[in-house]
Amino acid sequence: MPYDASGNGIVVATEQGWDTLRIPIRVDEAARWGTRASGIGKMLELVNVKKSYQQPNGDPLPILSIPHFAVAGGEQVVLVGRSGGGKTTLLHLIAGITRPDFGQIIFEGRNIERLSEAASDRFRATWMGYVFQTFNLLPAFTALENVLLGMTFSRKPVDRQRAIMLLERVGLGDRMQHKPTALSVGEQQRVAVARALANKPRLLLADEPTANIDAANQQNIVDLIRETAEEEQISLVLVTHAIEVAEQFKRVVLLDDINELTMKASSGTASWAMQAEE
Amino acid sequence: MNLFSIALRSIRQRGLASTLTCFSMALGVTLMVAVIAIHGVVNESFKVGQFLGYNILVGPKGGKLQLTLNSVYYLDEPIENIPYDYYLEFKRQAEREADYQHSLQKHAHDLHWELTRAAQETMGVGVTSGTAGLLTRMATRVVEQDAEKNLPGMRDGRFGQFTYLAIPLLLGDYYESFRVVGTTPDMFGTMKFGPSGDRQYEFSSGRNFKAYSRENGFFEAVVGSVVARQTNLKVGDEINPRHGAVDGHTHNQPFTIVGILDSTGTPNDRAVFVNMEGFYLIADHAKPVEETSTGQEEEAEEEEEEEEAEGEEDPEDVEGEEPEEAEGEEDLPFDTVTPLPVEQREVTAVLLRVDPIFSVGMPNLINEGPVAQAIYPIREINKFFGTFIGPVLGLLVVITLMICVVSGVGILVSIYNSMSDRRNEIAVLRALGAERSTVLWIILFESLILSISGGLIGWTLGHGLVALASPIVEAKTGVAVGFFDLAPALPPYLPISPELLLVPLLAILAIAVGMIPAISAYRTDVAQSLGK
Repeated sequence: MPYDASGNGIVVATEQGWDTLRIPIRVDEAARWGTRASGIGKMLELVNVKKSYQQPNGDPLPILSIPHFAVAGGEQVVLVGRSGGGKTTLLHLIAGITRPDFGQIIFEGRNIERLSEAASDRFRATWMGYVFQTFNLLPAFTALENVLLGMTFSRKPVDRQRAIMLLERVGLGDRMQHKPTALSVGEQQRVAVARALANKPRLLLADEPTANIDAANQQNIVDLIRETAEEEQISLVLVTHAIEVAEQFKRVVLLDDINELTMKASSGTASWAMQAEE
Repeated sequence: MNLFSIALRSIRQRGLASTLTCFSMALGVTLMVAVIAIHGVVNESFKVGQFLGYNILVGPKGGKLQLTLNSVYYLDEPIENIPYDYYLEFKRQAEREADYQHSLQKHAHDLHWELTRAAQETMGVGVTSGTAGLLTRMATRVVEQDAEKNLPGMRDGRFGQFTYLAIPLLLGDYYESFRVVGTTPDMFGTMKFGPSGDRQYEFSSGRNFKAYSRENGFFEAVVGSVVARQTNLKVGDEINPRHGAVDGHTHNQPFTIVGILDSTGTPNDRAVFVNMEGFYLIADHAKPVEETSTGQEEEAEEEEEEEEAEGEEDPEDVEGEEPEEAEGEEDLPFDTVTPLPVEQREVTAVLLRVDPIFSVGMPNLINEGPVAQAIYPIREINKFFGTFIGPVLGLLVVITLMICVVSGVGILVSIYNSMSDRRNEIAVLRALGAERSTVLWIILFESLILSISGGLIGWTLGHGLVALASPIVEAKTGVAVGFFDLAPALPPYLPISPELLLVPLLAILAIAVGMIPAISAYRTDVAQSLGK
């Protein structure tokens, strides 16, 4: 992997021919190994997590092998990496959508990979929010109802006022009764953000939330996510390909740096945990 | 947002497909409700025949079913008739004596002794005063009284003491398409009906007909509620029955309507009831006297003819002429006629309410004899229903059930086909925290909503059709069916209305057909289906 670890930035080349990503970085050795997270108590911790998929011929295809990765309470982490590198899989593992083959995923001291599937679903509904790249709003429901859906499956009571407040906050106070098809792409993603925040999550997972929207809306969405997470003390793990998005966050993690499989593929280069210079 | 509203939204999202699926189910249920309603109407129309207030039906020998149909339901043609004096075997002496007052035999008897006395006077026998004359007159009187005791009207009928009520039915005439039934005022005066046998016949207007009234003589009639409604007949109107068939010749003898029966839900709603005495006096209704008259009667007739020839016209003694009058001049001056002699009368059937203790033995006695048969109408009705009507209706119900199942499969196909488009939607719900069982229930709710709403629409349409057809059904069967009337229970198989099972059955069907797509949703791989 053509990483430039000179201390002035990194170069990430992908199959899609991405531009070189150059970010002035300061390698924090402790953070590099993911054993500490900015001095704040750990909220999420992945320990020796391995995940593989089955190939058509039945052989396993290892995707992730993460010795350790942690996120502190209220911390905002950007996860970058090449396509197919397992970023979404990692988010799915954290959310409990996918089960690891091995290892522990600890959320506030609780091993969530040991939960039954139903308990895991409830746990996700109660404590996590998820923003998808393609918004995934349900077309049959209005913007407000889509936000309310974010509360429906949690153990918390449905708070209609909060749903309205969130939509107003994302600038859609006058579009609450509109269905997704009547909203622009940017508006749909704002509804998706509001939905992810609806149940007052402790952890917000955002999977390339700006990938499908125009540049003008990108910054709005990023600001919205970042500011809301800050205000509500929500931990954030955001996956992105966009340099301009990544550089806005204090902590940027290269997936290849925490994934043993890609560490080996990159000729033994140490994994990277990056922190943008303040 | 609950699962039901999520399911409902999903259905609305697929508006056209959902509407068509729902409509398909609605049509299936409409058919089923209509068939169940028909089943209920037919069942009920036969069952009400069991509540007419009698337990035995006596009629001429022949088909039991035909006797039941023509005498209970006024549906089939009468088999034959039985002699009137056989009907009188179910009467006590007093009633028999009253009827036999108008018998040729009684007239012959009276004439015989009148002539005997006249002859004695002519010959001077017993005319002379003194002991010999007195003894002669007394001896003559004793012999006369002895002979009188042998008259049929002077004894109890053979079955009289076991019979609470015997009502004769005389069939054969029609008014428009409705049966004209000759009977006695007891039909609506003494006899009661209803499941408990305690319902009194009531009249929405007018009164019961009388055996004889000053204003109308023997020619009074009452009409059933359906007849009145369909023909617009009212009290005071006159009707002229047609002889023998709907298109038979019209009798000139009119009957005056004196009462309109309240609706009873029985076959009586569909008939016109005329006074038996008047019925007998209509042309063609008297049995030719040669067929039944005894030697004594013939003798009496001869005497009468002689008297006629002599120009004696006693209004009390014109019975023998009445049949001829009925044939010749049909509009009888009722204040001058007397009832038809017993010997010239026949009845089509006799409705009997019999002491339950004798209700087994008496029919056996009747059936052993050569004249008539006695049947239990309830048994015949049940046998007929169980043999012919029930299976046909059952088959129809099964066919409509199959139509509903096919509609249910339509729901399955509709939902299942939508599943490929909805994988992402289901995955999103799962990602938002919905458990597998939650998405399973959402799909099942969709199936339930489509099935049950289709069922309810179908129920409404079905009952709407039945309500629209109700006037026709009531006219044909006497059974009134309202919009909200549920089909009756089918004991012993089904103690509740089959319609009450509609929603539970549809729910079971919905769950059965919804389970396949629901399991498909249950198994949705969230990670794969979320996509990007």
